[in-house]
Amino acid sequence: MPGGFPGAPGALAGPPQKKLDPDSIPSITQVIEDDKARLGGQVFSTNIRGQVPPLVTTDFTVHDQGNASPRFIRCTTYSLPCTAELAKQCQVPLASIIKPFAKLPNNETPLYVVNHGEMGPIRCNRCKAYMCPYMQFIDGGRRYQCSFCNCINEVPVFYFQHLDHMGRRMDFYERPELSLGSYEFDATLDYCKNNKPPNPPAYIFMIDVSYSNIKSGLVKLICDELKTLLEKLPREDGAEASAIKVGFVTYNKVLHFYNVKSALAQPQMMVVSDTSEMFVPLLDGFLVNYQDSRAVIYNLLDQIPDMFADTSESETVFAPVIQAGVEAFKAAECSGKLFIFHSSMPTAEAPGKLKNRDDKKLVSTDKEKTLFQPQKGVYEQLSKDCVAQGCCVDLFLFPSQYLDLATMADVPSHTGGSIHKYNNFQVETDGEHFLRDLRKDLQKSLGFDAVMRVRTSTGFRATDFFGAVYMNNTTDVEMAAVDCDKAVTVEFKHDDTLSEETGALIQCALLYTTIGGQRRLRIHNLSLNCTSQLSELYKCCETDSLINFFAKSAYRAILNQPVKNVSDILVNQTAHMLACYRKNCASPSAASQLILPDSMKVFPVYMNSLMKTAPLVGSTELSTDDRAHQRLSVMGMGVEDTQLQLYPRLIPLHDVDVSSEAVPAPVRCSEERLTDSGLFLLENGQSIFLWLGQASPPDLIQSLFNAPSLAHLQQGHMFTLPELDNPLSKKVRSIIGELLEKRPNSMKLQIVRQRDKPEMLFRQFLVEDKGLHGGTSYMDFLCYVHREIRQLLT
Amino acid sequence: MSTYQEFIQQNEDRDGVRFSWNLWPSSRLEATRLVVPVSCLFTPLKERPSLPPVQYEPVLCSRANCKAVLNPLCQVDFRAKIWACNFCFQRNPFPPSYAGISEVNQPAELMPQFSTIEYIVQRGPSAPLIFLYVVDTCLEEEDLQALKESLQMSLSLLPPNALVGLITFGRMVQVHELTCEGIAKSYVFRGTKDLSAKQIQEMLGLTKPTAPGQQGHPVAPQEAAASCRFLQPVHRVDMNLTDLLGELQRDPWPVSQGKRPLRSTGVALSVAVGLLEGAFPNTGARVMLFIGGPPTQGPGMVVGDELKIPIRSWHDIQKDNARHLKKATKYYEALANRSAVNGHSIDIYACALDQTGLLEMKCLSNLTGGHIVMGDSFNTSLFKQTFQRVFSKDHNGDFRMAFGGVMEVKTSREVKVCGAIGPCVSLHSKGSSVSENEMGIGGTNQWKLCSLDHSTTLGVYFEVVNQHNAPVPQGGRGAIQFVTMYQHSNTKKRIRVTTIARNWADAQSQIQHIESSFDQEAAAVLMARLGVFRAESEEGPDVLRWLDRQLIRLCQKFGQFNKEDPTSFRLSESLSLYPQFMFHLRRSPFLQVFNNSPDESSYYRHHFVRQDLTQSLIMIQPILYSYSFHGPPEPVLLDSSSILPDRILLMDTFFQLVIYHGETIAQWRKAGYQEMPEYENFKQLLQAPLDDAQEILQTRFPMPRYIDTEHGGSQARFLLSKVNPSQTHNNLYAWGQETGAPILTDDVSLQVFMDHLKKLAVSSSS
Repeated sequence: MPGGFPGAPGALAGPPQKKLDPDSIPSITQVIEDDKARLGGQVFSTNIRGQVPPLVTTDFTVHDQGNASPRFIRCTTYSLPCTAELAKQCQVPLASIIKPFAKLPNNETPLYVVNHGEMGPIRCNRCKAYMCPYMQFIDGGRRYQCSFCNCINEVPVFYFQHLDHMGRRMDFYERPELSLGSYEFDATLDYCKNNKPPNPPAYIFMIDVSYSNIKSGLVKLICDELKTLLEKLPREDGAEASAIKVGFVTYNKVLHFYNVKSALAQPQMMVVSDTSEMFVPLLDGFLVNYQDSRAVIYNLLDQIPDMFADTSESETVFAPVIQAGVEAFKAAECSGKLFIFHSSMPTAEAPGKLKNRDDKKLVSTDKEKTLFQPQKGVYEQLSKDCVAQGCCVDLFLFPSQYLDLATMADVPSHTGGSIHKYNNFQVETDGEHFLRDLRKDLQKSLGFDAVMRVRTSTGFRATDFFGAVYMNNTTDVEMAAVDCDKAVTVEFKHDDTLSEETGALIQCALLYTTIGGQRRLRIHNLSLNCTSQLSELYKCCETDSLINFFAKSAYRAILNQPVKNVSDILVNQTAHMLACYRKNCASPSAASQLILPDSMKVFPVYMNSLMKTAPLVGSTELSTDDRAHQRLSVMGMGVEDTQLQLYPRLIPLHDVDVSSEAVPAPVRCSEERLTDSGLFLLENGQSIFLWLGQASPPDLIQSLFNAPSLAHLQQGHMFTLPELDNPLSKKVRSIIGELLEKRPNSMKLQIVRQRDKPEMLFRQFLVEDKGLHGGTSYMDFLCYVHREIRQLLT
Repeated sequence: MSTYQEFIQQNEDRDGVRFSWNLWPSSRLEATRLVVPVSCLFTPLKERPSLPPVQYEPVLCSRANCKAVLNPLCQVDFRAKIWACNFCFQRNPFPPSYAGISEVNQPAELMPQFSTIEYIVQRGPSAPLIFLYVVDTCLEEEDLQALKESLQMSLSLLPPNALVGLITFGRMVQVHELTCEGIAKSYVFRGTKDLSAKQIQEMLGLTKPTAPGQQGHPVAPQEAAASCRFLQPVHRVDMNLTDLLGELQRDPWPVSQGKRPLRSTGVALSVAVGLLEGAFPNTGARVMLFIGGPPTQGPGMVVGDELKIPIRSWHDIQKDNARHLKKATKYYEALANRSAVNGHSIDIYACALDQTGLLEMKCLSNLTGGHIVMGDSFNTSLFKQTFQRVFSKDHNGDFRMAFGGVMEVKTSREVKVCGAIGPCVSLHSKGSSVSENEMGIGGTNQWKLCSLDHSTTLGVYFEVVNQHNAPVPQGGRGAIQFVTMYQHSNTKKRIRVTTIARNWADAQSQIQHIESSFDQEAAAVLMARLGVFRAESEEGPDVLRWLDRQLIRLCQKFGQFNKEDPTSFRLSESLSLYPQFMFHLRRSPFLQVFNNSPDESSYYRHHFVRQDLTQSLIMIQPILYSYSFHGPPEPVLLDSSSILPDRILLMDTFFQLVIYHGETIAQWRKAGYQEMPEYENFKQLLQAPLDDAQEILQTRFPMPRYIDTEHGGSQARFLLSKVNPSQTHNNLYAWGQETGAPILTDDVSLQVFMDHLKKLAVSSSS
């Protein structure tokens, strides 16, 4: 029976006031563990239409057999409702989360590259879908029918192949585009800007050298790091050296460009003070090959911190900095990425100058949305320019106060960039954390100047897109760059009735430039089932994807309506989805009993957690910038990241088996799971805490900190674990190290003692409890939802 | 004083002044009837090795609107220690320091031989000289290399404490910071954007952010100067700058086929002017602009970057077909005026085969007293030597350049000043001695000469204002005082005072005296300056007509003739050469634009209105020397009849030095006779004009174009176009053979010109 919980029959029967056993309500950790136990380590073959993949938290191997790996595409449901009425009835959103450049584990084959010759990839004449496993070859192989639009096309002569007895082409297994869900095409000149092959991309490092960044030692830190980091620029597989060119700019309220041509004995600095109309003062020698110009670049990086050592300039510009990058790429006719290291609100007289508009009084009012809205004008145009040129902006912010992140991050959030923020940056405590981010960011594999198009078979179509993308029209998703962690969430709507027999097809085609400067098309295909049975639909839902969609749509909605409305909508839709299930799919039972679909039984936990996230919780204690930051970060996230963000891992360390390789199983994120004598690690992809219970055994403290007791821990202990030669220390450090390695972003380790002030920071991540800044506990939320469902049902 | 010739010479030597009339008609009416106005060529800083400057300051008349300087013409009461101003008759006590004076113990300024005297002002800060190089990098490699070397060399010629700066430009404009170690730093400006001085200073970081409530207060120049990283003492940065210049590259931006390089001359100059304006107002500074082509973008653009559209010609201008002319001219004029206000001069060194836009840019130098040098390439001795000569020194080891000159003219009441023509701008000082009748740059009695040297010469025009009936006091003299304040190249301020006086004469009764006091050379140059000044704003033919009318009127006034009888026409000795000057002036490139590009015309005119009398006369009527076996070298007529086969001719037109070997001489030279010991005299003959030419080359600024040619040589055109075409293809057969060379021209000869002149002069109808 799909609605029941194993181990908790008739859960939540009875009135809410009765004290409930917390263990009886659905547990995410349990669901994860169950899935791991069931599917962990197994091969997932993608040969079956509408197959629900293992959870994102489960380790498994994918075998591409005609559908894209779930690493690339996940869906909210793998059985689409046949009709719009059905979709409307259940209110389950229909969406795919596409992560086109998802990293593949080493045991999975990288995507094959197909070359169809001078004419370019073979495409349907009508809908322009690319050749894929769903094309039906007919007429002895001379023609094929497009499964997306049903148009019948001639097979080009060079591509002709006989069909076998099953109607499949003889070369089925030799051609990735006929047998695989994901593959790449070499793009011809028609797919390039101005019909010219693209130049290799470039990275420009733009360092704010105003007073605060110099004083904090950040500039020196960056310069020193770059010397070694530049050796590790990403390169094409098999290439000897990276083709990426590098350039350097420093700025405060004026910009300094550097000529680092290899022929020079010393670098040359060119100051551009005309920030109102930015331009690039030099052509030759600004963007260089690192290998060739290493000596000059070293010289430059050595000098930069000294050159500005006695600066007193505290004003900065920002928009002109990005503009300069765009102009540089324009002049060099390439795409690329800007790494901007910025400290403060740009108040110098220049385009994009910002004013402090932070107003805590707006929180929880109808005008709260203005806090999240970027200021219009300059930055809007800048995003457009960036995308047109393929200029991705990665922003590293080092603020000591409000800097209007909503506006400053507008460009990165439209260009596939990342936003990193280090409040009150100090080299000692945040330096390593920042450098880890920088290293990850710089070495990420990614594609530039990308345009993504999602095609569907008839009956439904992509209507909305969420992500760090730019939409110039309603169908083309433009991204200045897209890296391995960025995902686009695509919402689908019905046009017509879908057929259970043929199912539904999705083809995502991404045109982009590789890091080596080659133009490619990356194709991901996915076939889904269609059903007229709601129970089938519910069965094929995936909670993690659903919550990704809800998070993104809610975070976008708060730009336009009061946060309160958005929360109401979330609760209502949750209740509605569950009520619909109860009404149509579950076997009759007492009205007081809460029955959840199996695939969504932990959905309320996530939903509750989502509503307690900073952007959606109206609290004046939260910094506006932090809220905006979180809002924007989530917009580009994939399923894995939102899952972790909304339900952190809480790992008990006090009884860890030091001899085992495995990481201890996480426990539920609730205070009740903590013990005074325990040590816990909490991690959500953004932050990582080591929590020390006040009665922690001294021998554990000794092993980890080389200190006799908790009371002896120094300030310096609160951010790093000393490297000690004992099994426990090694084990804990290796767990932390692994997590830091695995996550897309670096996390700053914070060590908190129970009942210390910083514990508050830690506690806000115990998402099953009552929220620190408002928001109900899991239990209360469940009861509330239950009440709503009952109301809906009557 | 025996003859006027000697008087004139003596006055020129002592005071650097040449008057058109050395006796002045006593009434306005009579003065206007003389046709040539009472006017003078004045060389404010005429080199006077025998004149040691005095180490004190001048004594001024105490009347507020007079302030004339005590001079030998003043009446002095030695007992009462009182002197009377000879301009306003104010009686002034001597200052206490003059307590010891008496008839036998007179201060220098009272002695007649010190009618010109120079004072050194001790007070006031002495600001170092400033040299700001503005260098075009859109040059051919070879040219750029030569220019770089010249610039590097020039660093050793600058005074060690002088401030020096470097701006380079091509598509962008770069202002180089000179004090940086380890990394070469420059500020870059977009070449297409016109910026205000304030913006430029802000962008260069020269202004301190004004504190609220303090807005509008200018930044103290000293403070700004101290922080100016772009202008540094030569001795401190010469190593850096030498390296910087050495590493200077051609403009790296690609120039596609069929395009001119983008050259942001306008913005570069605007930045240069803005930089100096903000940091160093009212101190002596030279902006030295080196260009290898016309401005092709941004404000001040002269021609677009499409090669298929050529730069404007006179033809285009006459057809009103020069698109950028007005806008560019206006732009550079505005810059020139700003620069002039601050006392900074702008030199233009234009070296290119085609035009570089001097027509539009000329005002930069004309208004600020800067030099214009025009050559074919930076890799020529013409440029190299000329540039080197800018930094030449006098016998005291001081640079022959002075800055921030202000010339004031004071006149006795009967005379007023109408204007001046020369490398100056008006200071709009309206005193009682300013005439309403403007000639040249008028309406003022003070002019600014941002830069001047020993030969800088102004034409100053006066008006006699005495009414016809009011008699001049008998024995009275009209007096004029020139007070020139300037910054000497050793940075000290100096004041040179020249006081001159001329006798009045009654034009009714003493017309012969007045006639004999006519200085026809000075008059020719002064009239020519008026003509050239007019030519800048009027159509060429109008100017020629005006000149002709003046000449005819002069001849009618002073010629002796019977009415309607051209053959009876005679001119006295003091006017005899004047018509000939006018003949050559009419043919000169200053008034004729045919065969000259607009740039060339601008260049010639620029030099014409600033040189002293001797040089000006050479420009009007080139000098021709003949070398032959028949005797010692001699000056010969500038006439085609002087071109003979057995002569070597040396022609000096100021801008060109032409050595022309007659047909026979050329043949001998080709045959190599000069190599043979028995024809040593031929070798000497060949050498003689070379030596003489060398002498001229050594002193002339700018270096003339040196041309060595021979009969039939293509370059012989330089000679043929200058000589009076007495023999042309039209009248050749009327003359005997073997006399001179016919000129293929339809221009009238001097003879024809004179015939017409006589006819018109004696005609009663004109």
